[in-house]
Amino acid sequence: MDGNKIKEPIWTNATFRSVIYQVAAMSMVALAGYYLFSNTQANLAKQSIATGFGFLTRESSFEIGESMISFSSSDTYLKALAVGALNTIKVSFIGIILTVAIGIFMGIARLSTNWLVSRLAAIYIEVLQDIPVLLQLFFWYGIFNNVLPSPRQAIIPMEGIVLCNRGAYFATPVEHPVFTWVWYSLILAVIIIFFLRRWAKKRQEETGKIFPLITASTIIILAFPLITWVIGGAPTEMEIPTLRGFNFQGGYNISPEFGSLLLGLVLYTSAFVAEIVRAGIQSIDKGQREAAESLGMKPLFVMNLVILPQALRVIIPPLTSQLLNLTKNSSLAVAIGYPDFVSISNTTISQTGQAIEGVALIMIMYLTISLITSLFMNWYNHKMALVER
Amino acid sequence: MKNNENSRTGKKSESSLKSGEEIKPPITETGIIGWLKANLFNSPLNTIITIIILFCFYKIIPPFVKWAFIDSVWYGPSSGCQGGSGACWAYVPNNIRFVIFGLFPSGEQWRALIAMLIMVATVVYSGKRERWKTSLIYVWLVNTILVGIFLKGGILGLEPVESTKWGGLVLTMLLSVIGMTAAYPLGIVLALARRSKMPTIRTMAVVYIEMIRGVPLISLLFMSAVMFPLFLPEGVTINKIFRAQTAIILFTAAYIAEVVRGGLQAIPKGQYEAAESMGLNYFQMMRLVVLPQALKIVIPPTVGVLISAFKDTSLVAIIALYDLLRTCQSTLSDPRWMGFSTEAYIFIALIYFIFCYAMASYSRKLEDELGAGKSY
Repeated sequence: MDGNKIKEPIWTNATFRSVIYQVAAMSMVALAGYYLFSNTQANLAKQSIATGFGFLTRESSFEIGESMISFSSSDTYLKALAVGALNTIKVSFIGIILTVAIGIFMGIARLSTNWLVSRLAAIYIEVLQDIPVLLQLFFWYGIFNNVLPSPRQAIIPMEGIVLCNRGAYFATPVEHPVFTWVWYSLILAVIIIFFLRRWAKKRQEETGKIFPLITASTIIILAFPLITWVIGGAPTEMEIPTLRGFNFQGGYNISPEFGSLLLGLVLYTSAFVAEIVRAGIQSIDKGQREAAESLGMKPLFVMNLVILPQALRVIIPPLTSQLLNLTKNSSLAVAIGYPDFVSISNTTISQTGQAIEGVALIMIMYLTISLITSLFMNWYNHKMALVER
Repeated sequence: MKNNENSRTGKKSESSLKSGEEIKPPITETGIIGWLKANLFNSPLNTIITIIILFCFYKIIPPFVKWAFIDSVWYGPSSGCQGGSGACWAYVPNNIRFVIFGLFPSGEQWRALIAMLIMVATVVYSGKRERWKTSLIYVWLVNTILVGIFLKGGILGLEPVESTKWGGLVLTMLLSVIGMTAAYPLGIVLALARRSKMPTIRTMAVVYIEMIRGVPLISLLFMSAVMFPLFLPEGVTINKIFRAQTAIILFTAAYIAEVVRGGLQAIPKGQYEAAESMGLNYFQMMRLVVLPQALKIVIPPTVGVLISAFKDTSLVAIIALYDLLRTCQSTLSDPRWMGFSTEAYIFIALIYFIFCYAMASYSRKLEDELGAGKSY
């Protein structure tokens, strides 16, 4: 090569190359996309499958086993999918609450000084993590169907609780106008606690006085509904599930599908959450606790003001991703017949033949959930980021 | 952590011997009693918890042992289990061939067994760190071809076996081993693309990775089952196992890409600059300097992704592929074994557990060796 040449040839220019690479990559993707698209068009035309989302407003003509809103086979596909979405949200929401509770408990138990407790927690974590969640769902579904007795020989561990192969039944309070007011008072209590927190934080920053927030919040959240209930005449009548014909009537029913889905998801995910919690607590240097204690802080404040804020920074990101996994895994409901969003989309696909639209709907639904979660995560990371001075 | 049961057990210390007369620690501080005191009854609260747990053991373990071992039936036909109050482990010897090999012709099952052994041996062989060289790639290539020959047959005088007949543990292992092997390089390419300076390439990688990670695997499997045939030109069909395998590879690659990206980000800028100043081009820099370091850092989380990929192959049961879970499930629709789902699922759970536990222990061992100590 001639070293004195100042003008370089255009093909060794970095910018030129990068433009070429990008144009090449894009045209490859575009070509592949066009190829698939034209194939699909031809196939759809040949099999005379309709395209577009017009089917959503047509009559669905199938029944749904469990639904939070009233649904009949004469309703539209759109409504059926809404029922599915609500069912997905229901199982994920309850699942997340239980998972976090059990996960934190098991994570702390894993670090217990009691050998028996920490060993049991370790076994729990190890065994449940290493068995596929779908297998766990089948296992619990099998327990409901094959091990639990028929309604006539149902297991009744105590008055108001029934276990049989039709699911679990719980006694519920008989409907009474007071309970509406109890809900209102609960909402009111939450609002009051919200403002109380802000006030307490402000006062502490200004005067240094600490307000017993946890105690106060617990009292408010328990007392408000309780007082409303007592003022309303304290109705105690319960609706007890009773055997009528071949099945139990009354009370709240957890179907075998919902029960096994929830059980499988919660047990599987909580094992991962427990590991995250354990790692989070262990990541805090021992010196932090010692330093806080040597300042004369009470154990509760050491935990609340020193250990937890730091541990949470480690715990929250992987925790969110696990909870997102739980939500995504709830799609396995399709395997045991719980009518979640995927299951209903699947029925829709097989009835209308519109596979592309059906799969697209599933993906949009979960992408939306993921997107909202990652927005929350960004906000949280921003809020919790170390402020270095 | 595991050794803390020994930490308090008394061993005569050297110094006490020197002082002439040996003073033994009090009996309550050593041996079994000392251990119990230190680990089970070290505070009033722990004492109460220990007692509660022991009471639960007393309530749960005897009935379980009675069900699983004393009243159980271990062999013989299913009629021996009917009406019994114990576990029916006779399920296992009666169904093991179908659960492990699926519909593979029974005369040819030794071939499937050899294929499985080759796969396990290849994975175990790759576990040793001193074998991580270019030659390992050839080992994998040769062994993959061998596995293909043994399963598919048709040459060397082996009876051809249709891929629709592959099933059971063989299929589960095939899906996971091929899935991992193909997803790993694809994941690295995606990670490099995501770290690229070229905006369109970066954007395409980000869109791909985030889209795949945002949806459940089952939606990709549905896509492979119901949508994929529409993508192909008329008359071309691709078999179901291959389509599911593609979905698994595309899914796993996105997760591997994120793990590898973490490793790439951890490599200091100086490494890149040093490589460039040596006159290495992009590919040389990545292959010789950056990737060897980056991939090593992320081995533990990579094994984590591989474990999930192994467990996730069970999802193909939903699109009616006869993997380990599905073969087991289908034996339960046989009227003779209907109702023994607990025993059947415990049996295959044990198989999954052994594989995952082995991989997880390996990852932990490696983590200690590499001193990375971080897993996420």
